[in-house]
Amino acid sequence: MPTLFLFGASEGGLFDFDATLPLMAVQVVLLTFILNALFFKPVGRVVEEREDYVNTSRSEAKKKIAEVELLEAELKDQLKEARLAAQKVILEAEVDSDNLYKEALALANADANASREKARREIDSQRDDALNQLKSEADNLGNLIVERLLAKK
Amino acid sequence: MGFLPFVFPFAELEVGQQLYWQIGNFRIHGQVFMTSWLLIGALLALVVIGTKKMERDPRGVQNLLEFLWDYIRDLARTQIGEKVYRDWMPFIGTLFLFIFVSNWGGALVPWKLIKLPSGELGAPTADINTTVALALLVSLSYFYAGLSNKGLRYFEYYVHPTPIMLPFKIVEDFTKPLSLSFRLFGNILADELVVAVLVFLVPLVLPVPVMFLGLFTSAIQALIFATLAAYYIGEAVEEHH
Repeated sequence: MPTLFLFGASEGGLFDFDATLPLMAVQVVLLTFILNALFFKPVGRVVEEREDYVNTSRSEAKKKIAEVELLEAELKDQLKEARLAAQKVILEAEVDSDNLYKEALALANADANASREKARREIDSQRDDALNQLKSEADNLGNLIVERLLAKK
Repeated sequence: MGFLPFVFPFAELEVGQQLYWQIGNFRIHGQVFMTSWLLIGALLALVVIGTKKMERDPRGVQNLLEFLWDYIRDLARTQIGEKVYRDWMPFIGTLFLFIFVSNWGGALVPWKLIKLPSGELGAPTADINTTVALALLVSLSYFYAGLSNKGLRYFEYYVHPTPIMLPFKIVEDFTKPLSLSFRLFGNILADELVVAVLVFLVPLVLPVPVMFLGLFTSAIQALIFATLAAYYIGEAVEEHH
């Protein structure tokens, strides 16, 4: 009589309820407290500590990255300024040297002009002198010739 | 030997036979407690070894325990909700671990090698007393969770969203532990029976895939029980708007 044996027989059977039930319930409740003390609390503490650690490390790293980016931007600005300043200096130097060159050129030109003028004037005066001398000599010669001609007569 | 004709050494089928221990006026099923103590002992040993020297960089058993902890936390958090899952995580986790260890222990440990005067050793969850005890604990806990979180407003749940739901919700309070206990009991017992019958009929090779299937079922049943328990608790503490 298997069915009778399986279900509801007074001795044994699949659905044989007895003090096993409450005792098992108590056992599971006890196990819950034991596992809470031995497993859930300590492991939870470790895991959460690690999570905190990871989170703080990450936020610190983020902060540091932000700082680095700020510094980088500052340095870039400084570099840009330095470059601009250098360009300005170069430009100024170029202008200066240009001016100097022009001045020197002008001075040299003026000098050359002056000496040329002077030379010209000297030449002119010498020529005038020479002309005058020639003129007076020619006059004298003329007079002499005239006198000699007149004297022969 | 119950009602099957031939007797093989490892293929005996003994359904519904118990090893009785008499304690005062009460009788308990000895084989259930023997296996459950052994398995709980193994579980506690694992826990003690794993938590003995915990470090921030986990090593060895600590990894396994942290994986389990994380798994249970996710389960509790998704079902119960962010607010109170911490209070119930140990209970849900204990249910999961106890059922899982019981199911797998029943399937993996060759209990048949140990002869008992009556009955046989096996998964503690293949005994209706164990599963009903667990299911009743779940019922008590969701009532407690609802009442302690919301006080008498917990009973609004019964008329939510309309009072028409009242009889169904009351019936649910009975069907929940019933389905919980019978699902677990039936699955584990059926698994043990199928394996036993197959071993009895074809003692070689053929039962192996069924045994693997049994392991799979065992794990799934532990997960289902824990998830449903967490879901019921979550349902009880949920705030209706």
